Amino acid sequence: MATESAPAINPIEQFSIHPVIPIHIGHYDFSLTNSGLYMLLAVALSCLVAAIGARGAAGVPGRMQAMAEMSYEFVAGMVRSATGEAGMRFFPFVFSLFFFILLCNLVGLIPFSFTVTSQIVITAALALMVFLAVVIIGVAEHGTDFFKLFVPSGVPIYILPLVVAIEVISFLSRPLSHSVRLFANMLAGHITLNVFGGFVVMLLGASAIFKGLAILPFAMTIGLYALELLVAFLQAYVFVMLTCMYLNDALHPGGH
Amino acid sequence: MDPVAAKYIGAGLAAIGTGAAGIGVGTLFGHFLNGALRNPSAVDGQFGRLIFGFAVTEALGIFALLISFLLLFAI
Repeated sequence: MATESAPAINPIEQFSIHPVIPIHIGHYDFSLTNSGLYMLLAVALSCLVAAIGARGAAGVPGRMQAMAEMSYEFVAGMVRSATGEAGMRFFPFVFSLFFFILLCNLVGLIPFSFTVTSQIVITAALALMVFLAVVIIGVAEHGTDFFKLFVPSGVPIYILPLVVAIEVISFLSRPLSHSVRLFANMLAGHITLNVFGGFVVMLLGASAIFKGLAILPFAMTIGLYALELLVAFLQAYVFVMLTCMYLNDALHPGGH
Repeated sequence: MDPVAAKYIGAGLAAIGTGAAGIGVGTLFGHFLNGALRNPSAVDGQFGRLIFGFAVTEALGIFALLISFLLLFAI
């Protein structure tokens, strides 16, 4: 029987939402929660970086200006290569989306902070926004031609019904996979970090023989943290890349 | 069956999916290297696609891991 009483570690406690400033109007709860607070923080940070980068734009850019220009070029290149010149109208939207998600992911990696993108309600809202935008833009631009998206050209007529059914299902399941990909990566990454951090605490609380072993999960935590930094960037990139590909479908249906 | 035992067995079964994603990521990088060694000049242009494929493939393993974690900690 284990005699030590390791502190109870609950890896999903970090995702609980609690009000920071309670606001109640009538029967409705408008409280500013920790989730809302960190979203505002991400927005403020992205505005700050852009504002400092754009302040007194010099011919030879300083560090902040170089960073702002590089991020602009990075997202602009992505939008241009995925949607062509026609998609550059949506560049401001894609740019804001990228920096919102990236900063939410990165701020969430600071210890004791809160990861906004680990809440399915946030990622689902973002993904549904993209989905509805694609449908509305597609119908507004092309009318009924938009539905050519579901009818690939050059498919033999006898398997066409099957292909159309598959295309419709794959189109409708987009917001699901789009949102769950970001949410699951953030959630699983933070739970894994917490579990390995918990191993360190458990081993340090155990008998003297096991105390030295605590270095192993600690090293693992550092490695996982580096991986999570990569994942935080990659998932923001993938989310925005998929957004560009979906916008491309709206702008050029039947192009595949 | 004892529900707690069933929970842990389910979590273990769900974790098999991460191994399947491992096969996918291995295939991805293996084929990338295969192509990269044949035509090293094209490597830089395809790096973005490699990372994109990695993220999309890895996400499926993460889904499996998520189910495993949810069974372990949330239920």
